[in-house]
Amino acid sequence: MVSLLDIIGPVMVGPSSSHTAGACRLGLLARCLVGGTPQRAVIELHGSFARTGEGHGTDKAIVGGLLGYRPDDERLRTALETAEGEGLDYRFEKTTIADDAHPNTARITVERDGRRSVMVGSSLGAGRVLVTEIDGYPVEVTGNYHTIVLVAEDVRGSVARIAGILANHELNIATLKLTRKQRGGDAFMVIEVDDVPSEAVRDEIRALPWVHWAFRLDKVSA
Amino acid sequence: MFKTLADAIAEAEASGRTLAETALAAEAADQGRPVADIRHALHRALEVMRGAVAQGMTGDLRSTSGLVGGDAAKLRTGPAGPLADTLFRDVLARALAVQEVNAAMGVIVAAPTAGGAGVLPAVLTGLAAARQIDDERVVDALATAGLIGAVVAERASLSGAEGGCQAETGAAAGMAAGAAVELLGGTPTQAGHGVALAMQGTLGLVCDPLGGLVELPCVFRNATGAAIALAAIEMALAGVTFAIPVDEVIDTMGEIGRSMDVRYRETAGGGLAATPTGRRLARERLVQIKRG
Repeated sequence: MVSLLDIIGPVMVGPSSSHTAGACRLGLLARCLVGGTPQRAVIELHGSFARTGEGHGTDKAIVGGLLGYRPDDERLRTALETAEGEGLDYRFEKTTIADDAHPNTARITVERDGRRSVMVGSSLGAGRVLVTEIDGYPVEVTGNYHTIVLVAEDVRGSVARIAGILANHELNIATLKLTRKQRGGDAFMVIEVDDVPSEAVRDEIRALPWVHWAFRLDKVSA
Repeated sequence: MFKTLADAIAEAEASGRTLAETALAAEAADQGRPVADIRHALHRALEVMRGAVAQGMTGDLRSTSGLVGGDAAKLRTGPAGPLADTLFRDVLARALAVQEVNAAMGVIVAAPTAGGAGVLPAVLTGLAAARQIDDERVVDALATAGLIGAVVAERASLSGAEGGCQAETGAAAGMAAGAAVELLGGTPTQAGHGVALAMQGTLGLVCDPLGGLVELPCVFRNATGAAIALAAIEMALAGVTFAIPVDEVIDTMGEIGRSMDVRYRETAGGGLAATPTGRRLARERLVQIKRG
């Protein structure tokens, strides 16, 4: 359903909702995978991102997102210069991710305090984004909700246990998706919730012995 | 939100409400949010629009590539033409101003997109300044514009990559025209004719930016888009009607967009982008950006 405020908005730093605002949102989501500003980032740009990204400030927007700037933050303009002072060492590469990948796609590899994560995401237009892969798992994360992502062993009752933790913290689940590479292998869960999950929620999930890792992704839409 | 403007207009006329009130009620129901919340967000949008107009008027901005900038200021202080000291000239300047800010990585409201962000603020803030219209009524007009844009998004497209510039500055001209007709006292039916009259004038408009950058001709397309909106507003308020219903005009825009060659849909493969000068400028400027 189209919202009136999607049409009169978002408020953003120009020049392009797909190449600038959407790119910034991809950076914001990648940052969440390591729980803060990464120390190192390799950003591989595909398709139109690679061809016209520099003129659209796609590089500044992704790096700004990695630094935690939102799409309407004027600091995006100088993000490439600020990055060093913020302890972020970044590198851009041009690549072909897949022939049928969306034209505005980036693969972002981030590292912070020994943790490394790889995210593939696309900017779909009008500032909307879709993360399609995290650490090799196929996912669909839109950033329209606060989201919890986790990798766990594929044990019985795992969904119920996690849903229980969320219920105890009065978090309402909007959507829940479970994917796994193979039966009995690791399961990847993407849970979209209506309110901001606290660090305590994340920590309780992490404390489950069969959970390998869990992260909170911010709501990045307007 | 409504899927046809005909339904929205019929509901507004039947209940004696404006399109703005009808749109706000529909949005509140859809999103489960109070109308006051939505108005608050639209007030913020209006504030950002005014900020962009003011910033762009200074003439100090250059785009990332240096291809555009400084033309809003020329309209503000440069030699007079036949439109000297008119609302029309002021609206042209405002449209250039917002789009120059956008090209320089300033803060704008994508309405409906960043590439078409100059038209709506130019028309609405220009009218508000000339006629001393208070902000609450301009916010109403933004709601009407949002309704029109939502129907265009639903039935056709708001993306240059999908539908050419007719889907960006063309849709923006339709949104601005319908919203302004209502703002100036026109009925919902007249507002519908305003949308149709504006959009018929931009059908077939291609998206052909040099180097794929939202700069040239985008900045000027916003000014001419605003001019088309003003023409449509004047005609609709005078009682001119357009025989093809507005939803069918919107569908036509979608149909033309779908059959438009990919060269004309934001790929820089055709139109002005593919002219000898267009190619040369894009090559030189992109090299310049890389050098920093």
